[in-house]
Amino acid sequence: MLELRDIIAGYDRRTPVLRGVSLTLAPGEAVGLLGPSGCGKSTLARVAALLHRPDAGTVVLDGTPARGWRHRAPRAQRTAFGVLFQQPRLSADPRLRLADLIAEPLRATGRPAEVASRLDELAPLVGLGGDLLTRRPHEVSDGQLQRACLARALVLRPRWLICDEMTAMLDASTTAALVAVVETYRRETGAGVLAVGHDRTLLHRWCDRTVHWTDLAPAPANPGAA
Amino acid sequence: MTAADPAPAPLLTVRGLTVRFRMPRGRSVAAVTDAAFDLAPGSCLVLVGESGCGKSVLASALLGLLPGNAEATGTARLTDRHGSTDLLTAPEAELARTVRGRRIGLIPQSPAAHLTPVRTVRSQLEETVRELTGTPRGTALRAAAVRTAARAAFPADHLDRYPHQLSGGLAQRAATALALAGDAPLLLADEPTTGLDRELVDRTTDELRRHTRAGHALLMITHDLAAAERIADRVAVMYAGRIVELADARRFFGTPGPRHPYARALLDALPDRAFTPLPGMPPELGALPPGCAFAARCDRATPACATPPALRDGVACHHPVPPDRETDHARTA
Repeated sequence: MLELRDIIAGYDRRTPVLRGVSLTLAPGEAVGLLGPSGCGKSTLARVAALLHRPDAGTVVLDGTPARGWRHRAPRAQRTAFGVLFQQPRLSADPRLRLADLIAEPLRATGRPAEVASRLDELAPLVGLGGDLLTRRPHEVSDGQLQRACLARALVLRPRWLICDEMTAMLDASTTAALVAVVETYRRETGAGVLAVGHDRTLLHRWCDRTVHWTDLAPAPANPGAA
Repeated sequence: MTAADPAPAPLLTVRGLTVRFRMPRGRSVAAVTDAAFDLAPGSCLVLVGESGCGKSVLASALLGLLPGNAEATGTARLTDRHGSTDLLTAPEAELARTVRGRRIGLIPQSPAAHLTPVRTVRSQLEETVRELTGTPRGTALRAAAVRTAARAAFPADHLDRYPHQLSGGLAQRAATALALAGDAPLLLADEPTTGLDRELVDRTTDELRRHTRAGHALLMITHDLAAAERIADRVAVMYAGRIVELADARRFFGTPGPRHPYARALLDALPDRAFTPLPGMPPELGALPPGCAFAARCDRATPACATPPALRDGVACHHPVPPDRETDHARTA
């Protein structure tokens, strides 16, 4: 179970972006979170993935409250998440070949022995064939780079996948292909998926349930509001 | 658009447009091959295709903005009240002084990167209007800039803001206002909706649609098929640098649907249709097969596909889906 309880978070304590948001994900469940640009849904995704420390509220991961964030999160909690961002170019180290990009989480967590076998499994799964694994990010398209980012997110076999506008930059076919990979992984491993986006049609098709941004937060604490 | 309308003379006529990039060690990349289409005033042609299929290179070729290692051949003739110009052979001085901004307005992919970050929208608009129309500084220029902003539905009370103070939608309108400033008959929009949310995509496409109603010709490049359906009169589908289907938008998105197997598969990847991806990946533009570039991913491929198909009747395919066949992906009501 991934529970976010009464999260208050933002970038300035005086004007938080999230004001008391709660959301629960069950294992094996895909939840779509809909909202317009700038509403704070990406901030919520970052809090859920332990990448942004909330000002208040708790994130409970399978019964254990999260205590650290970003690099201070305990490894067991940190590696429970795979994260995909909207812009693959900004989330890929331009110096790494795609094979090293995908393998980086294994190396960072002291499991270099698994690199070869995981690459052999994941590359065909995400559709990266031929010499693509030996190229650097500037030598591949956005779609191909996002495929590598998806393989990187899956390489540690996370229990939770947080997809923040994963397909906003991609064409219809790559979108369908990447969602199919995520869904196969979810079915086979029972991982939970939080898909954040603004494409209603896509999230309704993809997820078990979709929640709209406005349903998450309590009514604004404004006594005058109707 | 009704069938009774007589077709107006095309504003842009593209024939045999081919772009090659020369690469190190004698390699070459076939970014665009033999593209041909017409575009009339008041109509919108949308160029769709997967990323990396050559759409943006085609736009750069029309604007004369290709990098130095590119070679463009063929013709792209722009005919308007200023005369008739082949965009591919015109010298850079002519393109810079009389074409870009004045006869072709560019609506860019990323307005945030297109606008100058250290100047207000008003100052950028006034400079553009002054440069393109020769209006001298003063009240007339201020009024002209405000009018131009209004045509792009940019709110007048936001004119003194800097680009970073604008939302994505308003930045897009500011960029559109700059593109409209020279009153260019041809508008070229390169992925104008990338990264915008659905409501903003709809609003941006509706505004572009409005400008075509006002008599502009619009060439829009996008991978967003929903946006394409909303705005297009005609659709050109590009695959591996070639236009493989050129069709009326209503027939393409409705009944009978696309006839090229690639176009059909691309539509079937939409989440409100079958949501099935195309098998495999698009070929590398530096190593295209000698025959049909889609054959390796196509379920209708036969030995005939080893020779490249010509564009006939709006489809470049040896085995197009027959036009009278009932669509098998009828949309859910």
